[in-house]
Amino acid sequence: MQVFTGVERPESLSRWRSGVRGRRWAAGLGRWGQALRSPLGLVAATLLGLVLLLAIVGPILWGERADAIDTNALSQGSSSEHWLGTDSLGRDIFYRVLVATRLSVALALLATAIGVAAGVLLGAAPWLLGRRAGRFAVATINVAVAFPALLLVLFFAVIFGVGIRGAVLAVGLGMAPYYARVTSTLVAGVSGRDFVAAARTVGLGRTRILLRHILPNIGEPLIVNATLGAGGALLAFAGLSFLGLGVQAPSYDWGLLLNEGLNGIYVSPAGALAPGVTIVLAGLAFNLTGEVVAKKVGLRTANVRTAYSPVPPATGDEAPAAGRPDPSPVLEVEDLHVTVTGPAGPVTPVRGVSFAIGRGEAVGLVGESGSGKSLTALAVAQLIEAPGRVDARRLEFQGTDLVHTRGRAKGIGRLLGTSLGVVFQDPTTSLNPTMRIGRQLGEVVRRHLGKGWGEARARAVDRLRAARVPAPERRAHQYPHEFSGGMRQRAMIAMAMMGDPALIVADEPTTALDVTVQRQVLRLLQEIRAENHVAVLLISHDITVVGQVCDRVLVMYAGRVVEDLPSSELRTAARHPYTRALLAAVPGMKADRDRPLTIIPGRPVDPAHFPPGCAFADRCPLADDHCRAVDPALTDDGSGRRVACWHAGEPLPVVTEEDSVGVGEAS
Amino acid sequence: MTTATATPSALRGAVESPWVGFVLRRLRRLLVSLWVLVTAAFFMIHLIPGDPVRASLGATAPQELVEARREALGLNDPLWQQYTDYLRNLLTGDWGSSMTTDVAVSQIIADRLPATVEIAAYAFVVIMLVALPVGVLMAALTRGGRGRRTELAFTSSSVVVAAIPDFLLAVGLVYTFGVSLGWVPVAGKSTVESYILPVLALALGPMAVLARIVRVEMLTVLDADYIRTARAKRLPARWIYLRHALPNAITTTLTVGGLLLGGLVAGTVLVENVLAWPGLGSTIVSSILSKDYPVVQGIVLVYGVGVLVINLVVDVALALLDPRSAIRES
Ligand code: SF4
Repeated sequence: MQVFTGVERPESLSRWRSGVRGRRWAAGLGRWGQALRSPLGLVAATLLGLVLLLAIVGPILWGERADAIDTNALSQGSSSEHWLGTDSLGRDIFYRVLVATRLSVALALLATAIGVAAGVLLGAAPWLLGRRAGRFAVATINVAVAFPALLLVLFFAVIFGVGIRGAVLAVGLGMAPYYARVTSTLVAGVSGRDFVAAARTVGLGRTRILLRHILPNIGEPLIVNATLGAGGALLAFAGLSFLGLGVQAPSYDWGLLLNEGLNGIYVSPAGALAPGVTIVLAGLAFNLTGEVVAKKVGLRTANVRTAYSPVPPATGDEAPAAGRPDPSPVLEVEDLHVTVTGPAGPVTPVRGVSFAIGRGEAVGLVGESGSGKSLTALAVAQLIEAPGRVDARRLEFQGTDLVHTRGRAKGIGRLLGTSLGVVFQDPTTSLNPTMRIGRQLGEVVRRHLGKGWGEARARAVDRLRAARVPAPERRAHQYPHEFSGGMRQRAMIAMAMMGDPALIVADEPTTALDVTVQRQVLRLLQEIRAENHVAVLLISHDITVVGQVCDRVLVMYAGRVVEDLPSSELRTAARHPYTRALLAAVPGMKADRDRPLTIIPGRPVDPAHFPPGCAFADRCPLADDHCRAVDPALTDDGSGRRVACWHAGEPLPVVTEEDSVGVGEAS
Repeated sequence: MTTATATPSALRGAVESPWVGFVLRRLRRLLVSLWVLVTAAFFMIHLIPGDPVRASLGATAPQELVEARREALGLNDPLWQQYTDYLRNLLTGDWGSSMTTDVAVSQIIADRLPATVEIAAYAFVVIMLVALPVGVLMAALTRGGRGRRTELAFTSSSVVVAAIPDFLLAVGLVYTFGVSLGWVPVAGKSTVESYILPVLALALGPMAVLARIVRVEMLTVLDADYIRTARAKRLPARWIYLRHALPNAITTTLTVGGLLLGGLVAGTVLVENVLAWPGLGSTIVSSILSKDYPVVQGIVLVYGVGVLVINLVVDVALALLDPRSAIRES
């Protein structure tokens, strides 16, 4: 059964805090009304209205006809006179089903009321009685909730005896533990809030606070739960009556009609089916109403994904990475576009990125979050999933075309699985919590190299050792939660080296770690790169990290590479205003460490609204009208250094120690 | 919790192991629940207003007979003595005997329990065998906004099936397959075919609920970072679904599955009565109607213990499958 606790939505409670109680309920009713105006809500409300209407008018309109005995038509099937046939005394089943609505619904509501009342008392006991007695109450609730409600109902049915009174009490008390659980959860959620604390400091008694402050605040979720529960009570009651433990003849409800009908199911199936269908419909009426309202009031927001409609990739007009002398680069990317589904339809946060990585070369990709650097890395690693989309004029890894095969061929899976390692940002979430480390590592060998688990394990231990994980034999046996954060990232790096990687893509590999561990992990990456001659694509928002580890730095802004230069020249020869701003934002050697960290003013561009001209123009101290109108292309100066700026390398307007370069202080 | 600096000593490791604490906690909870259950079963008779023996034997029974019965049942002893006698008798296997037939309650239970366990167990197996694959398949088919029509059809049909209580399903099944089509016997336990209706009636609803939960869980899990890691290893889709995603989705699935199994126990009561299945469910109802309290007491105990055992098994299974859950609890 679904439990609705409004606790997850604190604002829905606090919003009422100052309100008058009447207004509060009016607001609540308004929301119920709103909820029921949706198509599903409309169906639910109509159904519920119909059931309630029948309950009221049924016996008045058809009471006599339902009891009329037709001795000429005993146990008959459907006929023009008796729509759904007759029972063994010749009474019309159709009318009996209609008339039975009142008793069925009334008893269900009564039982629900008893259940809610008893549940609230029990559930509020921890709050009213203080610690020790409260704990006892909670323990009782917990034990009782563990048993299915029907067993409790049978238990109480024994005590209270067979018949309407006993059944109502039994169903009510049988549901009580459930409402007690709901209540105590709700009370616990509300009692911590400041308006309750305020009431306590004023010196109000616990009972007063419960009645005046807590109950009104948990009223709505309770009622929603009760609505859901009424459906359950209706079904439970029908069950009891069906078993002969509830309503007794000559009274009748749906359950009893079903019982009678089942005996004659061969002669007149309608006698059993009609009450059955009405029970389901009436139960559904309550359940649906409760669920629709629960959803509206804010328990579960529907997990609707925006539909994806593919868009043709924007054509980039960017010069390819020319002049790279390396004859066989590990990775070549030309005019890469990545399209993903944004909140308002597809967007293309990566639009025309080109670069190449030579053998053993370490290339850094820097930029703010939202610059498209991580998507670029994922696209390179072929990890963009539908509805995301990758387009490129060229995307070659080890000379193998990736963009037109998209990993479909088995050979490509094997190539990537063994030659391209990926290290993700957060090792805590990136390792499978239900699998031993050794197995997670060994999978690659097992899958792509066709080795047995024994060999796979040996390789995993070896790679863990290579990643400087102490006691790798034992570690391979453990689960990720037994590793510390730094060790997990080492395991991730070991995983990236399971095959014989030519390239390791590391997406912010140190961001989730603390500072000392960060340095160790970076050093490990450097060592591995040197030992195994692996190329590295390091993604980071931290230009100093990249500068230290990499040979070359690609600076990304708004989905494009805006500058590409050797990291040795970062401090001296950066030409793009954005690169220079990034560098200035870092407290450098000379900068006063006590000064607040400078940040780049303004915000990154929203990928849904790229401007026609230079995307950096809004934040650039050198921007002019030309910049805003025409987007500068990434151009090669012939030495492999690339930049995309109309005013590349021009001096920035304000250059004083105090103001830093074109950069405002953090406010 | 063991961290990067775990103790090398195996002994200390065992003592510090979260498992010991977990098992102890779990055992304590089981004992408390058992005690509550037994005590409730004992007091059930004493809470009945009026004289239960008189109620059972009927208003016309001679007073001497009632007195003799009361004496035989020990109802004239002080309450605490009755309670300790009850506990002792329970432990020694003396569960009393039927007030109407004089057959030992333990005998009645031994006769009737297997039929109930059978349909509940088969139903559980069917639920798991259908709900898991269907849920996983639905997750795969409707991932990332794909297969909207499949999703709609699946969700709505499972909602409808889940909304129908099992005993009404049983009635519907009786009508469809027994009366209309005449494929299977509609009542009683005889041939292999006679199992079809009770098992289906019990299984269909939980199946729909569980398949939906599996799908939602799988969708959540498939968005997790470690699935991306698995994809980075270029493992085949089936491998990723079954070995990486499913074990992580199984925690919730099993938790709900355990609840469903507990619910199955209750479901058997009604379904057995619809289909005249000779299990505990039909016995307890006829005993309640004939006010045969010792039998009711015994069967309530059996149901209660059944539920407790199921809960325990589910908890242990969860802890084994998901190494974090045992620790998370502490
Ligand atoms: S093109 Fe203009 S606006 Fe863009 S970075 Fe260069 S100077 Fe700034």
